Amino acid sequence: MIMKRDLNALQEIELDILREVGNIGAGHAATALSTLIQKTIDMEVPKVNIVSFADIGELLGGEEQIMVSVFLRVEGDAPGNLLFMLTLDSAKELVEQIVYSEESNSDEFNDMEYSALKEIGNILAGSYLSSLADFTNLTLLPTVPAVTIDMVGAILGFGLIQVSQVSDVAIVIDTTFLEGDRKVEGHFFLIPDPDSFDILFNALGVNW
Amino acid sequence: MTEIVKVGMADLNVAVSPKRLRTTGLGSCVGIVLFDKIHRIGGLAHIMLPSSEMVKIGEINKAKYADTAIPLMVDMMVSLGANKSLLVAKLAGGAQMFQFQTQNEMMRIGPRNVTASKEALAKLNIPIIAEDVGENYGRTIELDTETGILSIKTANKGINEL
Repeated sequence: MIMKRDLNALQEIELDILREVGNIGAGHAATALSTLIQKTIDMEVPKVNIVSFADIGELLGGEEQIMVSVFLRVEGDAPGNLLFMLTLDSAKELVEQIVYSEESNSDEFNDMEYSALKEIGNILAGSYLSSLADFTNLTLLPTVPAVTIDMVGAILGFGLIQVSQVSDVAIVIDTTFLEGDRKVEGHFFLIPDPDSFDILFNALGVNW
Repeated sequence: MTEIVKVGMADLNVAVSPKRLRTTGLGSCVGIVLFDKIHRIGGLAHIMLPSSEMVKIGEINKAKYADTAIPLMVDMMVSLGANKSLLVAKLAGGAQMFQFQTQNEMMRIGPRNVTASKEALAKLNIPIIAEDVGENYGRTIELDTETGILSIKTANKGINEL
């Protein structure tokens, strides 16, 4: 596991490619979500952030911000971690639209809502990865998703473990999407393993 | 207002009373706290990985690994006036944030970080007097260098003091 290139030294064209990766993946996921809840979903232009670990918490409103997170390990040709993160309010809103549960004021999710979240994560991450796999001609296989509700720092810290073995910065592809009336805001974070960048760039026709 | 020294991920710092040391969002990472009660000097490291041994190239960030962060922190505390033989340790973090059906060792990083931290402390004969480790939730910790009390905040379980 030797990283040949410095993640800090990405060229503009390469950043563009990573943005496109986020665009394609999240675009398909947003369509899947839109079908699921039968509402229009808007998507923002993906951000490709090169973040040092010290600043990682600033990505989503502070390290202690509590968020609902669905985590999948991506296996196959270009391994990495995929996280789908929602604020508590957004997750509640989304779940209510899917399982038609009674509106409640509690921050807790019952078992039914919890499995719904897991399933939403599964569907969205699945469409994110399969569109990316089609586009790149790579095999990308998601593991069964796991859900947790916890501090942003704690979750991203875990998502960065593979990267941390060779680097003190991570490239994070963040795509935000919003439901029409802005009640639901979600983030996709794709954190490719360091060795996966070469593979992604090559698959997209750029020799890095 | 007491000054709070912030420690980031893969980072460490030391402070003399009344300054406080704080790190947020420990998940699978471990917060290693060292304290000299007589001189009221504290240290806090937010490590991500168990061992620097697998790193073969380049300069390493010593604060990132349990095995390198602890000796570095001890040296920094000693240069502030702490006595090595008075040091005691407290540990927090090392959670398993997600439950997976995978055999991948990397996914068990939390428990491995805790074990490595304990081994590194044992090597330097630093006793661990309290710990709040494992489980499946994140923790934010703050060390009061006046008393040595470590307060641990979690999303669902409120504040716990060690």
